[in-house]
Amino acid sequence: MKRYRKYILNKLLWFVVTFVCAVILNFVLPRLMPGDPVAAIMQKATAGMTSQSGVQKVYEQYTELFGTNKPMFQQFLLYVRNIFHGDFGISFSQYPRPVADIVKSAIWWTICLQFPAIIVGWLIGNTLGALAAYLKKGFDKVIMPVSILISNFPAFGMAIILLVIFAVKLKWFPTSGGYGFDQIPNFSWHFIWTVIIHYPLPFFSIVLISIGGQAIGMRSMSIYELNVDYVKYSRFLGIRDRKIVGYVFRNAMLPQVTGLALSIGTMVGGALVAEIIYSYPGLGTTILSAVLGQDYPLISAVTLIITIMVLVATFAIDIVYGFIDPRIKAAQSD
Amino acid sequence: MKHTIQQVFHSPKFVVGFSIFMAILLTVLVYPLLVPGDPLEIIGQGTFFPPGVYVNVYDTLRSPRYTLMLDEATANRIASKLSREDRLAMKDYLVAAGIPALEIDPSNTVKLLDQWVNTYDPDTELAGMTFAKVRYYQRLDASLEGLLSLEGISIAKIDPETGALKETSAISQADFVNINEVANVRVLPLGTENFGRDVLKELVKATGVSLKIGLVAGLVATFIGLTLGLLAGYIGGIVDDIIMFFTNLFTVIPGIVLLILISFSIGQDKRGAVTIAVVIGFTSWVWTARAVRAQVVSLRNRDHVNLSKLSGHSIAHIILTDILPYIASYVVMAFILQISLGILTEASLSILGLGPRTTEVPTLGLMMNWAMIYQAQILGKWWAYMPVIVTIALVSFSMNLMNTGLDQVFNPALRE
Repeated sequence: MKRYRKYILNKLLWFVVTFVCAVILNFVLPRLMPGDPVAAIMQKATAGMTSQSGVQKVYEQYTELFGTNKPMFQQFLLYVRNIFHGDFGISFSQYPRPVADIVKSAIWWTICLQFPAIIVGWLIGNTLGALAAYLKKGFDKVIMPVSILISNFPAFGMAIILLVIFAVKLKWFPTSGGYGFDQIPNFSWHFIWTVIIHYPLPFFSIVLISIGGQAIGMRSMSIYELNVDYVKYSRFLGIRDRKIVGYVFRNAMLPQVTGLALSIGTMVGGALVAEIIYSYPGLGTTILSAVLGQDYPLISAVTLIITIMVLVATFAIDIVYGFIDPRIKAAQSD
Repeated sequence: MKHTIQQVFHSPKFVVGFSIFMAILLTVLVYPLLVPGDPLEIIGQGTFFPPGVYVNVYDTLRSPRYTLMLDEATANRIASKLSREDRLAMKDYLVAAGIPALEIDPSNTVKLLDQWVNTYDPDTELAGMTFAKVRYYQRLDASLEGLLSLEGISIAKIDPETGALKETSAISQADFVNINEVANVRVLPLGTENFGRDVLKELVKATGVSLKIGLVAGLVATFIGLTLGLLAGYIGGIVDDIIMFFTNLFTVIPGIVLLILISFSIGQDKRGAVTIAVVIGFTSWVWTARAVRAQVVSLRNRDHVNLSKLSGHSIAHIILTDILPYIASYVVMAFILQISLGILTEASLSILGLGPRTTEVPTLGLMMNWAMIYQAQILGKWWAYMPVIVTIALVSFSMNLMNTGLDQVFNPALRE
């Protein structure tokens, strides 16, 4: 257990370092641009607002929040303190709603949609890839081109095609939103039913997108692994094929787990765009409305939240990986 | 070198991908020469004109007329005004209005129209009918007027002095014009989009711009990735640690987040296509850097590199002559992938509303963005978004096919 602790501590340290860097980037990037950031923000903000007292209030809020007259370092401390208090300021486009409130209502939709979808897509993709590598012949000839084609499909393209076929033409599912348009989120059966009926289309479009790339990766990993010496040796020894294949796929699987940790950021990016196509009330749609409303505080908060989500997911996968790969044990005990 | 290229062109996958890509590239280059004009010119007043041949009505009336006696003309005319759905909807209305269902035959046009004219009354409201349905029946009723009449139509001019209408000519139902003799005919193979622009023309231009964006993004990403990968892999030590720290950092921090932050900060007015391309390049070098580093690390201690070191060659010389040629194939493959990734990223970014500014050039992503904002997908205006999706998919499919082909040539283990 001691070795695992070392591994996990190592990963935890890395997680903290990345987290700090992400926060710094979120702070620095917008300020690297030429010109006075708050003036630019104010210009954008006031362009979208009609109420004069609202403009005044946002301005006061901002001078206070950013403390623009203070040196950069103090501004940063202020920024970090605000984040830890969960205070992201007040939204420009949905004034006077606090940003934290908007993010809070959107984040669960995204988490409940994307993570199950990515995991399911990953599982199906790996199974198909492994089967393609093992069965070869006809199965491989079908799965491979289809996977290549699907993995090249832009995330939004897949979402639109599913939407047009199943929602617009066949009318099996609603075209947009995360729940019935006549509903206010609550815990009635009717509301839950509308949530369920809105779920499958965005879910499957994300699943389909993640399948292709994973299948291709798993196929080449498995082909490589099937030709390694230990497999040939085991065949000579007369060990049953079934048993060998079990080992082969376990070994081929491990890089795929790391692959998932590394590519989860990209996948989330694609899924965010898919959300927009369905006007799913998650973070992707929030970004779009924030961009359209020139809502700087909202964008800054949403990007930070997405980064944190991805970091936590990566960390979790790393931890799981440490438990399933026996070589980690060996590497750490050296 | 010549041998390698020959080998590459023997790979069927590469050849297919290459042909698709070349076909797209040729279209982008040749089509504007064949159909000149500003791709962003707004020609349609109104949104989403369906694809087809547009014939000027005014010119048609003034073109020479030919009489063709075609038996199916009347049937075609009725069919174009009265579809199967319309007939069934009429039946529904008649049934709701109290006529027994057995007496209604939707396929018998004369009888159906007769029953319709006698029964339909725009002012009576039937129970349970939505407003949209009421309006639908009103439109249907208006379009049915005079459907079965056999007379022609008069064309009249207003007399400028008296203000009275004066018939100048009459058109019978058997009159035809030859489309070659009509002065103004415009083919819109993919209709128009929400602003009233010719979709095909815009699409060709947008594909060109998107390819350029992909190319610039790919070049930037490959250059940064290659440089960092070479430095980290060859020099090693503290340089390696620092570079790998940043590489790992940017692997976990999602690229889309950086893109959103940077492009939002640049601001709508300063976001040109090239700026976006460079930004995309700056956020997607990570994979190239990782891969190049891994390759260089395995090359670093090969005999020929050590020999070169002993001969006193400079680091630059060693990297250029002893290392680069070995990873060149890999870098080319990564470059191809970066191009297609750049095109996809631009599209995603544009859908988020953070693409290049809209006034100068179209890009594939911007076309998608507009189609989505105008809800083309829900209105069933497939020509506004489907060609764009297909183009993006084809471009990236061809690139990936080329890549797989190259992979099989350079990595014999992957060959079947």
